[in-house]
Amino acid sequence: MYETSYHRAESVEEAAKKMGTAEGGKYVAGGQTLIPTMKQRLASPDALIDLRHIPDMKGISINGKDVRIGAATTHAEVASSADLDAVCPGIASLAGHIGDPHVRHMGTIGGSIANNDPAADYPAAMLALGAAIHTNKREIAAGDFFAGMFETALEEDEIITAVSFTAPEKCAYSKFPNPASRYAMAGVFVARTGDDVRVAVTGAGMDGVFRWEEAESALGSNFAASALEGLAVNEGEMLSDIHGSAEYRANLVKVMAMRAIAEAG
Amino acid sequence: MGIEGIGARVARKEDKRFITGKGRFTEDMVVPGMKQAVFVRSPHAHANIKGIDVSAAKAMPGVIDVLAGDELAEDGIGSLICGWMIHSRDGSPMNMGEWRPLAQSKVRYVGDAVAIVIADTRAQARDAAEAVEVEYKVLPVVTDPAETLQDGAPQIHDNAPGNLIFNWGIGEEEATDSALAGAAHVTEMEIVNNRLVPNAMEPRAALGHYDAAEDHYTCWTTSQNPHVARLVMSAFYNVAPENKLRVIAPDVGGGFGSKIYIYPEEIVCLWASKKTGVPVKWVADRTEAFLTDAHGRDHVTKVKMGFDADNRIVGLKVDTIANLGAYMSLFSSATPTYLYATLLSGQYNIPNIYGNVRAVYTNTAPVDAYRGAGRPEATYVLERTMETAARELGISPAELRRANLIREFPHQTPVIMNYDTGDFEASLNAAMKAADYDGFPARKAEAEGRGKKRGIGMSCYIEACGIAPSQAVGSLGAGVGLWESAEVRVNAVGTIEVLTGSHSHGQGHETTFAQLVSDRLGIPIDNVSIVHGDTDKVQMGMGTYGSRSGAVGMSAIVKALDKVEKKAKMIAAHLLEADEADIVIENGQVKVAGTDKALGWHEVALNAYTAHNLPGGMEPGLKEGAFYDPANFTFPAGCYICEVEVDPQTGKTEIIQFVAADDFGNIINPMIVEGQVHGGVAQGIGQALLEGTVYDEGGQLLTASYMDYCMPRAGDLPSFQVSHQTTECTTNPLGIKGCGEAGAIGSPPAVINAITDAIGNNNLTMPATSQKVWAAVNAA
Repeated sequence: MYETSYHRAESVEEAAKKMGTAEGGKYVAGGQTLIPTMKQRLASPDALIDLRHIPDMKGISINGKDVRIGAATTHAEVASSADLDAVCPGIASLAGHIGDPHVRHMGTIGGSIANNDPAADYPAAMLALGAAIHTNKREIAAGDFFAGMFETALEEDEIITAVSFTAPEKCAYSKFPNPASRYAMAGVFVARTGDDVRVAVTGAGMDGVFRWEEAESALGSNFAASALEGLAVNEGEMLSDIHGSAEYRANLVKVMAMRAIAEAG
Repeated sequence: MGIEGIGARVARKEDKRFITGKGRFTEDMVVPGMKQAVFVRSPHAHANIKGIDVSAAKAMPGVIDVLAGDELAEDGIGSLICGWMIHSRDGSPMNMGEWRPLAQSKVRYVGDAVAIVIADTRAQARDAAEAVEVEYKVLPVVTDPAETLQDGAPQIHDNAPGNLIFNWGIGEEEATDSALAGAAHVTEMEIVNNRLVPNAMEPRAALGHYDAAEDHYTCWTTSQNPHVARLVMSAFYNVAPENKLRVIAPDVGGGFGSKIYIYPEEIVCLWASKKTGVPVKWVADRTEAFLTDAHGRDHVTKVKMGFDADNRIVGLKVDTIANLGAYMSLFSSATPTYLYATLLSGQYNIPNIYGNVRAVYTNTAPVDAYRGAGRPEATYVLERTMETAARELGISPAELRRANLIREFPHQTPVIMNYDTGDFEASLNAAMKAADYDGFPARKAEAEGRGKKRGIGMSCYIEACGIAPSQAVGSLGAGVGLWESAEVRVNAVGTIEVLTGSHSHGQGHETTFAQLVSDRLGIPIDNVSIVHGDTDKVQMGMGTYGSRSGAVGMSAIVKALDKVEKKAKMIAAHLLEADEADIVIENGQVKVAGTDKALGWHEVALNAYTAHNLPGGMEPGLKEGAFYDPANFTFPAGCYICEVEVDPQTGKTEIIQFVAADDFGNIINPMIVEGQVHGGVAQGIGQALLEGTVYDEGGQLLTASYMDYCMPRAGDLPSFQVSHQTTECTTNPLGIKGCGEAGAIGSPPAVINAITDAIGNNNLTMPATSQKVWAAVNAA
């Protein structure tokens, strides 16, 4: 790691102000991607501005079906929230399968979404749940937020403060993890409210998280795994690396989608 | 045996300090004035060095010095060597290319050390290392063992034309060819044994300290054999004469073979300490461990196994290419030859065997012995072939093996080894019973109902351990003898220190060696301390590898104890006015058999040191040493059965049960032995399912972190069923065969045999990742 300076922000305003004055600054939350990257000397921010201790950014609030999760909420907190599990079990279960216990107790939902790793789990949930991403400047619909591998709609100094969504009637997340990294080789989040079905896929697409619209319309009229039988994602748009070919990932997307549908019930 | 003697499940004495974080590893060592080193390493797999400019780096904050290969050469530091001479079939000696501790004119793999930077802090050293400017002319690269032998492949070492190190053979080729020609059935396979990265928990490290006032060097390092390190650094690398070099291997956090070898870093740290006048410490980071620890396996093999009409094996022919990487590591030549092809008879009566091994250079990390070392490769070839043959012949894999088992001992194989004892069928039967082999079809049918493909696979392994008679290995090319030493020091109060040439880096010697002493003298293990790992404290010894500490190291202790006991009995006989022949040592007492005349062990010891009343002419003191040179290898053997379920939709394999039935000879501590089996099987399952080492076409290691290189985790493994069937080794006094490597040797073929059985497609390579298994399911 190169030498850097560390600032713990007490408020969103203070964090944004620090970013404005720091040269080469970077926000850090759980640091589960950024810190290892810095240790490898692949990233070298001159200043780290820590968002994880800002009180306004922490915690989960639930009002009927309306859910708001503070951006600095850890995966472990999301996974262990009984209230959240009661209204939206898919996202609680997803959080419980991110990385390992260490990652889950440090990593945050805001950090994961802001980083938009093409194999991260949360982006699939955000897209399938039609979540709103709240920042210190605006509110961005998830569909407009994720802009390709590691790319988002966030501006340089913009801070995600929370995410919110209305819990669907049914939802589930099914993931086939890379056995080494535990990132998704294919992760599919399925959410259904009435005949509105959303299927979001992470880990497999060349451009990061995406919605499998063909599956969504098939499931809209028949919410059953069998509805996907004749369908396939386009192999040409799938990632291919030493862990999985595009062909294999295309298969996993379908299998995970079917399993998520079965689990959502 | 007593509650702490041989056969007792004694909790490990060393675990308190390891579990509470109080271990003392090389990185924990601090010497006043010590500075930190970082190595500049080649980012290219093959390149000529056109120039090295260290001026900018030397001017950086905190930098003490930056040293490169030319300065090392000017000081007469020698090249790294391979210590086992292999001759090719045509009689020519192996083509060993030069391995400079710091590369001078050429780099040959990604990670090759080019320079050392020494600074006040590690971060400063790393900053300065980035400022060292090395001008490279990049050359074409080859990483694949078969491709490196092809015409036009890049030439890696000038003195190894066509990248061939040796072309070696064992056995009778003509007789084997004719047996195969006359066979009723021949099973042919092409088998790949995947390259593995050892991944010891503690990365390699070295602290070199030159004391100018004493003209003396001390090296703390992560070694499995500190005396061998001292010998090699002194005799071959010209670092320092042995009497002026102390090597200490303190607590060492796992080795698996990778810490047998002498690497460039410890040589360079010692030399640099003298050169700069400061103690120099280097600790590998995990990336360096991936890039530069000696890797394991990496064989490509063609095999033919012939059977007669009664399904008896008539001949076995094996043709292997072994990838040794960019340089010949210390014992790299022995692993794919005398530790591999000599085990090709397995547990079977095979009248004709011929093994051909071509060892090759590639632009990859050096490859050497890794847990099992050659024997896993031999077992994988044999046991995959046996299983395949059974399928082709349409008979039970268990019965094909049973029909060919060796049942009479000693048994001379056609490939050097002489098995002294064993009962292979006992382990086969025990494993089949534990696995409920006969109940498998019903379980398979039940799994099918759940959409899962269930398979069962078997592996009957034998290994040669405790390596081995010095004279024999010397005649086969070894540069060292393979005996072991011990000294038993009885203190005046009767407590004991045992100084052993074995080295513990996870094996639990502090417990098991003390159990041996406790068993002999009847004193508590708490009264026995084991001293190892320091060349200034312990007499010359050969260290720990090849499952040899019990069979060879403890045998040396037995010999020393014999001498101690003899003297103690003479003293007791004198004091008790009895005949020496009537004295026995029991429960901490030295007594006249059948009487109540007795002295406490501590009383005898005290008398030896007060020397007020010793037998006439006897020297004071009670301390004896011994060297033990084994008469033969030992031959642990066993049968492993693996049962899996494959999810055909994803290709994911779940191991449902794993049975290990082993004959390790006599066992000192069953708990520790079971732990060895668990660890070994976990590593074998890792090789079979998860661990893939991938170099890209440019020689970059793509799997250089735990994000991409998958080590087995607890959740990947079932609860193992372990049992022992014991035949005593006939060639050492304790009847021990050794247990350290068996798990890693026997398990990979059992896993792959199970998966291929499940999916009905035999075309599957390790690691059998979900993707590969899915593809094989679809191709079946």
